[in-house]
Amino acid sequence: MIVIIDYGIGNLASVLNMFKKVGVKDVIISGDKEEITRADKLLLPGVGAFDTAMNNLEQSGLIPVLNDKVLVQKVPILGICLGMQLLTKRSEEGTKAGLGWINAETVKFNLDPALKLKVPHMGWNYIKVQRENKLIDTQSKNRFYFVHSYYVNCFDESQSLATSNFGTDFTCMVNKENIFGAQFHPEKSLKFGMKMLENFAKI
Amino acid sequence: MLAKRIIPCLDIKNGRTVKGINFEGLRDAGDPVELAVSYAQQGADELVFLDINATNENRKTLTELVTRIAKQINIPFTVGGGINSIEDVSILLNAGADKVSINSAAIKEPTLLKKLTKQFGSQCIVLAIDTKFENDAWFVYLNGGRIKTNLRTPDWAKQAAELGVGEILLTSMNNDGTKKGFANTITQQISELVNIPVIASGGAGKIEHFRDAFNIGKADAVLAAGVFHFKEIEIQELKKYLKENKIEVRI
Repeated sequence: MIVIIDYGIGNLASVLNMFKKVGVKDVIISGDKEEITRADKLLLPGVGAFDTAMNNLEQSGLIPVLNDKVLVQKVPILGICLGMQLLTKRSEEGTKAGLGWINAETVKFNLDPALKLKVPHMGWNYIKVQRENKLIDTQSKNRFYFVHSYYVNCFDESQSLATSNFGTDFTCMVNKENIFGAQFHPEKSLKFGMKMLENFAKI
Repeated sequence: MLAKRIIPCLDIKNGRTVKGINFEGLRDAGDPVELAVSYAQQGADELVFLDINATNENRKTLTELVTRIAKQINIPFTVGGGINSIEDVSILLNAGADKVSINSAAIKEPTLLKKLTKQFGSQCIVLAIDTKFENDAWFVYLNGGRIKTNLRTPDWAKQAAELGVGEILLTSMNNDGTKKGFANTITQQISELVNIPVIASGGAGKIEHFRDAFNIGKADAVLAAGVFHFKEIEIQELKKYLKENKIEVRI
């Protein structure tokens, strides 16, 4: 069973809808400790502000359960958008510590004004997959849908699974063992994103 | 490289798609969900649904429609029309909308924008501006273009960007429904004034108009309704043309 973690933030229905569309039926949205304990995969969605999300996660009391599932039981987890940023140690967007499962920090786009690029980085962009993995084809020539003002800066390059370019190359997917993150929205990225969700369900 | 976006807009009235000319004279243009699915398949980058008959009574109808749309489409979509509180936004986002667009309510209470972006994040709050050129200046209108304000459009856009909105949807009332092209002068002015994406809207008639909105208007995205609804312009053809004209699009 895949549990989409409900911690009072974000658009949870879209991810659920897309899992169902690709035929993955055993998926629920839940913030219940018991149900999360029984999950064999986890999905951490998220939109909005870093500190609000971390506050909600803390208040939900789910962090010890999640630490156990992810770090001890090594259950596959996929963080999407802000959910990926929460996997890092901290964010320039706030003052709270992140989950720290990925050796990285989240920083704001600090682009040369001469480039005339608008932040948020909003829309469809290409990604470059760095190595073989279970979620996405290394030859992916497709665009994915992004909407974000902050990005993940990996301290350990080996944890950067894919990059995209917006004035600068930045990490748009992370991976360490069972932990995955995508800065873009697979649930909003047509069949290419849906394929990724399908692959995640098969891990 | 980030692609320029093509965004079909569906004006919604009582659960149906409608299309008007100069904000008046409505024609029926089909079932919103069917149209949405078809646009996504044809290569639309995003969709916008505007409830042009928003009242408290039919808010439930809109929410149900949003839920239906979210089950069917796998590209981002924005919902707007009569949204005036944190609760309204929360309900629509929970129903599956990716972004909401705020118009009149933000003019009446600009701090609403700050509250919304803080609560939900800049990325999902779009400021819609209906603007009209009169007496040598662009003014902001509210209530679906029915009431003029004394606000100058550049001032309002700048203020909204400072309040944290993630995007501006700029509709020129002078151009809307005319099929004579977008209001490129004001679009360019706003686009260069704020450091957030600007969507040009109002006036699409030919594929060249889209090219001009990107090249002259410096728009990050272009929105149109009638030309797509009535199949006067096919999205695939439009994108092919833009690509040939060196505009980065997703094909």
